[in-house]
Amino acid sequence: MTLILAVTMLDALTRAQARFYASHHFAEVFADITRAPLSLVGRLQRLPGVNLIEARVGGPVRLTVSDFTDPVRGQLVSIPDGRQPTLNRLHLLAGQLPMAGREDQVVASDAFAAAHGLVPGDHVEAIIDGRRTRLTLSGIALSPEFLYQAGPTDLVPDYRRYAILWMNQTSLADAYGMEGAFNQLSLTLQAGADREGVIDALDVALARYGGTGARTRHDQPSHRFLEEELDQQRAQATILPTVFLLVSVFLLHVVMTRLIGTQRRQIALLKAFGYRDSELARHYAGLALLIVLLGWALGVGLGAWSARWMAGLYAEYFRFPEMRFPIPLWALGLSLLLAGLSALAGAGRAVWQAVSAPPAEAMRPPAPRRFRRTWLERSPLRHALGSEGRIVLRHLGRQPAKTALSVTGIALSAGLLMMGAWQIEALDRMLDRQYREILRMDIELTFNNPTPQRALGELRHLPGVLVVEPWRRVPATLIHGHRQYRTALLGLEAIPRLRPIVDAAGTARPLPAEGLVLTRYLGEWLGVEVGDLLEVAIMEGHRRHASLPVAALVDEPVGVGAYLRRERLNRLMREGPAIGGAWLLIDADHREALITALDELPAVASIGVMDEAERGVRRYLDETLQVFALVFVSLAGSIAFGVIYNNARISFAERARELATLLVLGYTRAEVSRILLGEIALLGALAILPGWAFGAGFCALLSEGFSSDLFRIPLLFTPRIFGLSALGVILASGLVGLLMLRRLWRLDQVAVLKAPE
Amino acid sequence: MENDRDVVLATRGLTRHYRMGEVTIQALRGVDLELHRSELIVMLGASGSGKSTLLNILGGLDRASSGTVHYGDSDLTHASQRQLTTYRRHHVGFVFQFYNLIASLTARENVAMVTDISRDPLTPEAALSRVGLEGRLDHFPSQLSGGEQQRVAIARAIAKRPSLLLCDEPTGALDSHTGIRVLEVIETLNRESDTTMAIITHNAVIGEMADRVIHLRDGRVEGITVPTRRRRASELQW
Repeated sequence: MTLILAVTMLDALTRAQARFYASHHFAEVFADITRAPLSLVGRLQRLPGVNLIEARVGGPVRLTVSDFTDPVRGQLVSIPDGRQPTLNRLHLLAGQLPMAGREDQVVASDAFAAAHGLVPGDHVEAIIDGRRTRLTLSGIALSPEFLYQAGPTDLVPDYRRYAILWMNQTSLADAYGMEGAFNQLSLTLQAGADREGVIDALDVALARYGGTGARTRHDQPSHRFLEEELDQQRAQATILPTVFLLVSVFLLHVVMTRLIGTQRRQIALLKAFGYRDSELARHYAGLALLIVLLGWALGVGLGAWSARWMAGLYAEYFRFPEMRFPIPLWALGLSLLLAGLSALAGAGRAVWQAVSAPPAEAMRPPAPRRFRRTWLERSPLRHALGSEGRIVLRHLGRQPAKTALSVTGIALSAGLLMMGAWQIEALDRMLDRQYREILRMDIELTFNNPTPQRALGELRHLPGVLVVEPWRRVPATLIHGHRQYRTALLGLEAIPRLRPIVDAAGTARPLPAEGLVLTRYLGEWLGVEVGDLLEVAIMEGHRRHASLPVAALVDEPVGVGAYLRRERLNRLMREGPAIGGAWLLIDADHREALITALDELPAVASIGVMDEAERGVRRYLDETLQVFALVFVSLAGSIAFGVIYNNARISFAERARELATLLVLGYTRAEVSRILLGEIALLGALAILPGWAFGAGFCALLSEGFSSDLFRIPLLFTPRIFGLSALGVILASGLVGLLMLRRLWRLDQVAVLKAPE
Repeated sequence: MENDRDVVLATRGLTRHYRMGEVTIQALRGVDLELHRSELIVMLGASGSGKSTLLNILGGLDRASSGTVHYGDSDLTHASQRQLTTYRRHHVGFVFQFYNLIASLTARENVAMVTDISRDPLTPEAALSRVGLEGRLDHFPSQLSGGEQQRVAIARAIAKRPSLLLCDEPTGALDSHTGIRVLEVIETLNRESDTTMAIITHNAVIGEMADRVIHLRDGRVEGITVPTRRRRASELQW
């Protein structure tokens, strides 16, 4: 079931992505420029390798939606007047494209419209480049470019506070003062084209127009995030089902062995009637396969159903026009094959044991099973054991391989439980660290353009502002050897208070006067160590190159960054003490008044509210990864129960006679139950330690699999994580214990003793 | 014949019927019986005569549909499961056709299972030496012959010094030579203690070593015979 669940979901997401990209001509290369004349497009079209090319105007916008007080940020994107663009076509869900010549009409992104209940014909207020305008929604659409619609500084989408709007090119160029010019470029490549070559040629051609560097889909935010998500799915689709499948295969094997073991006498009888071994083998193989087929069909059904349910959750974050859920054939085949083989192997062994004896022998009761003393009884512990303890120990010690398998099975499920617990706990810890220790500001303001530092004075006097801290962010490519990474240099104060640079111990550290501080993940990715020189290609203004030493690496769980002192960044940019935005610490009582005041400032491009962002991230994780974790915790719990129950049931069947004997000898059922419960408890107890070891391994594997430049889940182990894993085993054991007690209370001692076994 | 004071167990009008699917089986149809202190009784009957059902009721493993069972002064007819367990625990020893030893315990430990919960037991070593197995104390059932396993079962049954020893086809799974060896053990124990012993069997020869033979047929006592001369077990042949 887990295999089907994971691969079906992965498959559904991957296919939906591919289909949507193809049908709506999702571009392959993207470039942002400050401003370039439209006449340049013809020349770029002739660059070798370029297939389709389209220029447009785009920029940030601030919106006000009636009945919603919080600031809404957005992105305006132009489309050819009155028609679909060639690339990144819109998938209209309602209404129509803006009519040619209409300046006020826009198409809104589906998620934003849905979040506010907007329909075609509704209005929103917009501040475009400092001017207030009233816009009318002509339609609602999806775009392959914005499957994942998060704001530039957000981790996860907040549809109420972030919008994508499409507008006629002429109107938008007019609004941004871009007549006859463009600032965004998308293109597709000819088959077999040299991607890097095209990008280099574009960069050269666009450099004098303020190009910040062309990028592939890999650096396109929506695509990027979707890929990350699919990678995580891939990690889950490989690691988890493998473990689950192996455990189930093991269980199935044991069950079949036992099931057919109980048919010993029937097999002997059939042989006595003259059935051939091959006929019996066929019969039992058929029985085994029938059971497997039923179980498998149930698993496939459940898996497909839950995949659909899970993908529904993802659909809220990734907006696909349609999603289909064909179960991949290979997964169907693989799961059936493995289940069938393990059942046949188990059945085969038992049938072979039964048919290999002459019929008469098989009809006689088997000789008493051989037992010996266990090593534990030679130890000083022997006096504490008692008869029940000896019975349990010798029973487990008689077939050490089987006992080891049972313990391993329980331990594996304990490990799975631990992995689920870790995922829940570690994600929570990761967010705590990010939002409590690192991002301490309440509001993040971004300005339209670099602004002189004196703007801070104005901010300080706004109502409710307690602390103001400026920052400057500049897009840059970091280069070390042949590795390069596109990110932004973030210029901070010498001792940033609202966005501290925190070391592993959680203490804030001052920024070194010279040099860069890198997120450790980025440092490792680039292969640099403290003291190495890193080449920095600035993608803004004069596009300078500089060499900066790496001064420190810091562990930050979310995102990657390169930090330096703002004055150093200003010097690098050959500018005065300019700032790109500011962080505010505010008095919560004045929040609304402050936001209204900030809204009035034309220089402000966006207003980010941190607690909203945190809520958004937590909600996203709760609804996606956490749900997955919960599904796996419950599956792991049921596997633990399955292993323990199966083991106890077999043990009960093998012991029924002994238990009945003890009852006849005058033991009470409570006394007899000590043997059964003792064995269950002992197996559980033995499994907990290796379970933790397996769990730690699974967690490390998953932590590694989940590690990306978006976030790293810390590999931490709290008592709660260990506790939950042990608790799962204890609960499962307890439940099995109760079921076994019920069996014991129903045991007909006389009937059991009369039968010759 | 002994007088009333020596009656260990008495039944009056005992019936027992079972439902097997659609059919009702009348296993006992009114059994009146008295077992006396220290006597050796053989209950003889064919398959389906009701002898096992009778033994189960006498041993407190099963309850009658009607009629009464008295053990000394106590009435077993209406005893609770708990009271029946206590009755078995302290007063009754069982020996089965298929021994029913705990395979994971040695001979000594098998006997100890009973002495652990009894009020005034023999030591496991003493009990095993009474059945001639003092040399096999630490052997597991898989290391003992059928006859030896049955003797361990007998040692286990007598270790609690029961008032009543019930043996259900004790020689049924053994060859005649080994069977007679087991019967010799029972005979010796009967002579040396005042335990009442009841052997149920379909083997009429065994009746020759009894004080009384109770013939069962179709759920009724067909008759009670007293052998003219009680023969020693070693003289039996089948």
